[in-house]
Amino acid sequence: MADTTHGGSASGTRRDFMNLLVNSVAAFGAAAVAWPIISSLNPSQDVLALSSTEVDISQIEVGRAITVKWRGKPVFIRHRTPQEIKAAEDVNLGNLRDPQPDSARVEKPEWLIVVGICTHLGCVPQGQKPSEPRGQFGGWFCPCHGSEYDTSGRIRRGPAPTNLVVPQYTFESDTLVKIG
Amino acid sequence: MAAPVFKNPVIRWIDHRLPMFSYLHHEAYEYPTPKNLNYWWNFGSLAGFMLIIMIVTGLVLAMQYTPHVDYAFNSVERIMRDVNWGWLLRYLHMNGASMFFLVVYIHIFRGLYFGSYKAPRELLWQLGVLIYLLMMATAFMGYVLPWGQMSFWGTTVITNLFSAVPWIGDSIVTLLWGGFSVDNPTLNRLFVLHFLLPFVIVAVVLMHIVALHRFGSNNPLGIDTKGPQDTIPFHPYYTVKDMFGLGIFLIFYAFWVFWAPNALGDPVNYEVANPLSTPEHIVPEWYYLPFYAILRSIPDKLLGVVAMFASILILFVLPWLDRSPVRSGTFRPVFKWFFWLLIFDCVILMFCGKYPPEAYWMPFDFQIVDADTFTDRVAELRGVSPDEAMNAVGEMWGVNAASGSFGIKIVRLGQLGTLYYFAYFLIVLPLLSIFERPRQVPVSISKPVLGGGQSVAHATAKSMEKA
Ligand code: HEM
Ligand code: FES
Repeated sequence: MADTTHGGSASGTRRDFMNLLVNSVAAFGAAAVAWPIISSLNPSQDVLALSSTEVDISQIEVGRAITVKWRGKPVFIRHRTPQEIKAAEDVNLGNLRDPQPDSARVEKPEWLIVVGICTHLGCVPQGQKPSEPRGQFGGWFCPCHGSEYDTSGRIRRGPAPTNLVVPQYTFESDTLVKIG
Repeated sequence: MAAPVFKNPVIRWIDHRLPMFSYLHHEAYEYPTPKNLNYWWNFGSLAGFMLIIMIVTGLVLAMQYTPHVDYAFNSVERIMRDVNWGWLLRYLHMNGASMFFLVVYIHIFRGLYFGSYKAPRELLWQLGVLIYLLMMATAFMGYVLPWGQMSFWGTTVITNLFSAVPWIGDSIVTLLWGGFSVDNPTLNRLFVLHFLLPFVIVAVVLMHIVALHRFGSNNPLGIDTKGPQDTIPFHPYYTVKDMFGLGIFLIFYAFWVFWAPNALGDPVNYEVANPLSTPEHIVPEWYYLPFYAILRSIPDKLLGVVAMFASILILFVLPWLDRSPVRSGTFRPVFKWFFWLLIFDCVILMFCGKYPPEAYWMPFDFQIVDADTFTDRVAELRGVSPDEAMNAVGEMWGVNAASGSFGIKIVRLGQLGTLYYFAYFLIVLPLLSIFERPRQVPVSISKPVLGGGQSVAHATAKSMEKA
């Protein structure tokens, strides 16, 4: 049986072929095992199921804001004043770090709905309560590293790279909004 | 060396089949050690001691702790109030983390000064850096467990660092969290990893020791041992010395545990985590502060994160950055200065990590003030309006020659600190390897003491004092 170790041509033996086959099966098997292990770390079905929240907005006065929890994160719902809307619309887009017109960030101009998480490193910016600082641009001020957002939730100053995220939402009626 | 003959027949029987006693005898008893080690060589065994303390206290804490967002905080409070000696176990573990880092920092700087990272100990050094990285990860995850405000927000900020990775950043963060924010799945997995990693550290420590025993310890002179005249057996000489050092260290450790158990921690962490409200200042534990300062000193998110990780990873390539053939800083007249400057720099960075980046430090007034107070102060001193003062202050400096008042913005100071940190490794060490003229190194460890090597005798005698 001595010739089984070198049966075949010089460029590729049967044994090389077997090795290749075995190694590929092993690599495939390892990947097939790794996949569910890593995937189990991702959000589970029950976490995903919690992914929409309905909010009654009839009690929010003009100029006030509320914070609701959606997927474990704060969402800011602000009933904007006419001045705030105008300020948001009048901004020269050329001055923005993450240029987006106000109209692209709201369904109805009176209602600004954004995820209340600073796009820098995830702190909750201040400015929901009248007593809290809102920064120079009248929106929100992040206490962690000083990012400032305007009345459209766009980043205006500080280290955050992008605007506050606008979540998926729909107005079920004039007073009921479904987030997610 | 000959295998020892054990008197106890049971030990002899076992050792014949599993030679662990001969191994221990060889590595921890007769193990030839340079005879001139000073007290800076005590910190390795102290680090090993702390690792054991952390594992033992951690195990019993874990038997009382509940890793669930609704119970975690209260279970830690229960440990503090109701569990027999729970307060002691927790304080030992909590302050133990600080002591562990302190010991390891001294251990690392010892290596930096005496050139212990140089050939043939490169891998030994790299294993050490790996242990240090694992420790940082472990302590970070442990800090999450009490589920206080700082636990929660610290985790949020640190995990969000990974969102800076281009393209896949957000998916990585979701994967880390197991959800869309730091929540119960996050707490569960961090608890499991916090439990596991210390044992991984034990494994790496064992490799570290195997690598160490390959060539033996470096020593204050940084020269190789040349034979039995340069070494003494590990036991009893260094076991006794390590025990003595341990005694002193335990007094220090006990001071924190019994007299100031919360001095090193942040009181905000005694408030239960609230995902809807961020505390005013998020400050990491003291041992992370220099890295936090480096992160914040770079205005770009991605580059900040890269710089922070680079500041540790650079230690992996250090053996190839410092090409000077002389190991010990004792014989490197110029290196010495830069080394002490590095220590000073790390202290400055620690300080910068502690305070808000936009605040001003006024060193001559012993004060740290916020930006508004600072401009007001400058306006008053110069007799100008606050607006003018703001311009005058600019971004960085505020100087008033008349009063000697002077301030620097924390983030600028942090930037200077970061600059020097990287310059030390990337510019200073490579250039010194070329331009520095080291002093003459002794021929051997015992030579000057036995009467030879006149010209170097004084240098050696000096570093021998402590040995
Ligand atoms: C490398 C060694 C270790 C380090 C550096 C470390 C670090 C820490 C830190 C900083 C805390 C937070 C303390 C606080 O603020 O209350 C902590 C908590 C905790 N650790 Fe560890 N730890 C280590 C090993 C272990 C091990 C091996 C276990 C379990 C087998 C463990 C179990 C726990 C538990 C249950 C808590 C929560 C209770 C508490 O907060 O005191 N630790 N750890
Ligand atoms: S997290 Fe908001 S500025 Fe850094």
